[in-house]
Amino acid sequence: MYWNETEECQPTEQLRRRQTENLQKTVARVYERVPFYRRRMEDQGVAPAEIRSLEDIRLLPFTTKDDMREGYPFGLFAVPLTEVVRIHSSSGTTGKPVVAGYTRADIALWAHLMARTFGCGEVTARDIVQVAYGYGLFTGGLGAHYGAELIGATVIPMSGGNNKRQIMLMQDFGTTALACTPSYALALAETAAEMGVSFDALKLRVGFFGAEPWPEEMRTAIEQRLRLKAIDIYGLTEVIGPGVASECMEQKGLHVFEDHFYPEIIHPDTGEPLPDGERGEMVFTCLTKEAFPLLRFRTRDITRLIPGRCACGRTLRRMEKVSDRSDDMLIIRGVNVFPSQIENVLLSIEEAEPHFQIIVRREGPLDELEVLFEVDEAHFSDEVKALQAIERKVADEIESAIGLRAVVRLVEPKTIERSMGKRRRVIDLRKESKP
Amino acid sequence: MKITQLSIFLENTAGRLREVTGILRDAGINIRALSLAETSDFGILRVIVNDPQKAMQALRQQHFTVRETPILAVEVPDRPGGLHSLLEALADEGINIEYVYGFVEKRSDNALIVIRVEDPDRAITVLQAKGFQVVGNQEISSL
Repeated sequence: MYWNETEECQPTEQLRRRQTENLQKTVARVYERVPFYRRRMEDQGVAPAEIRSLEDIRLLPFTTKDDMREGYPFGLFAVPLTEVVRIHSSSGTTGKPVVAGYTRADIALWAHLMARTFGCGEVTARDIVQVAYGYGLFTGGLGAHYGAELIGATVIPMSGGNNKRQIMLMQDFGTTALACTPSYALALAETAAEMGVSFDALKLRVGFFGAEPWPEEMRTAIEQRLRLKAIDIYGLTEVIGPGVASECMEQKGLHVFEDHFYPEIIHPDTGEPLPDGERGEMVFTCLTKEAFPLLRFRTRDITRLIPGRCACGRTLRRMEKVSDRSDDMLIIRGVNVFPSQIENVLLSIEEAEPHFQIIVRREGPLDELEVLFEVDEAHFSDEVKALQAIERKVADEIESAIGLRAVVRLVEPKTIERSMGKRRRVIDLRKESKP
Repeated sequence: MKITQLSIFLENTAGRLREVTGILRDAGINIRALSLAETSDFGILRVIVNDPQKAMQALRQQHFTVRETPILAVEVPDRPGGLHSLLEALADEGINIEYVYGFVEKRSDNALIVIRVEDPDRAITVLQAKGFQVVGNQEISSL
């Protein structure tokens, strides 16, 4: 099932031709209208007319998060504010938040791409979609809302939080599709268990989870606990919000909506483009946006483009599930550590819950890695030695996964903040103590 | 003749135990006995209460990790050597004790000893054969 078969299954040659045309148009527009890009292109010594093919995209300058902070708030917009009908913004954990503007056409495009996303999970007008992404400046809530509404599904605009009510409405309204962050899905599973509600008795069929990296093991946990098919959806505020890429029912990679966002994989250190199939940093160029079209935006997400066709029939290339951001990489005592490695360890240990927090601090000359995790109630013991054995097991497994001994600490459930937006999985006190 | 003990996971932070006692007070739960095992970062609170089901529900509502543990409560005379006679009886049969704590009954001359063993059923048989009074849940809630 497709939301728009002509677009999603178009012949690759035609797709490349359109991408080239749209790339040329966008480059000409931003050169004309965004002083930042004109300056950057002049510095790089490239004129819009030199972009003759998709290959030439590598001549263009990158855009980074820092560039966006420099242009805060509206500096990178390509239209006057009179044409901007909506603003969204990312949370901005460090420094200034990222501000994205949308024209009326951008909003329509976004709804279309989110309809495509829901279509990837076979949502139709017969579905009841509960949107539990936060509504507001965060792109998740309204993005999902407009897409589901465009399909004609019945939308329940719950936003995040109020877990009991979420479960109650799932029961009473017969929700068939859920859209929220994966960690919030697990939180809802806990609430349902506390309320004595079984997901077997609910009508949930499919879930659209994104806005934070989540490993395969978390998908297994979500699918088992919520009794639904968990679809990974991908997006970034800088690019449009959710609706940049989505898995289909095959769940073998996320189809990049590359007719609108051109993907490149580059080496995170050198910036050199890498061939399809190799892992590196994902970079997107907006091909059709009006208000906030970024050239070669460096996402910091580490992934690869998967070679070959998908069984679903879509010709749009697929990217691998993102498990890490290059920003998330910690260097502890000289060892590269990704939070997803810790998460995978916890997911593989039955006695531990996959809710965790990593704290890195400097004790004298040495970095110390501390991992807080929650005990699974079914494995909670009244004996100290049994709980200490779980801690030891987690520490051992972490050591064999990353080669570092962590101080592991059991904490009470809900201690590790499970927000409706994004989790704060890593607290690096080495950075925070510096001015 | 096992009785229900609630085991509650506690982080080692100031005021956490007081939160538990507050929840139990608000739920109208009376604590019969308690003991606390702790490490440097967490503790396990073990309590015997008059209404374990209600207490567990109240604690879970506040997101505490709670578990029911079957344990034995045995009456011993409240005088020197009372506990010793009980431990001796178990040691004679090679029954290993995980932990033990006790309290004194108000209305009798006996003390109640709470013991956690690996095989409670065998311990009950042994103790009853030696003439010890093993107390049940009902007797606990009517204390």
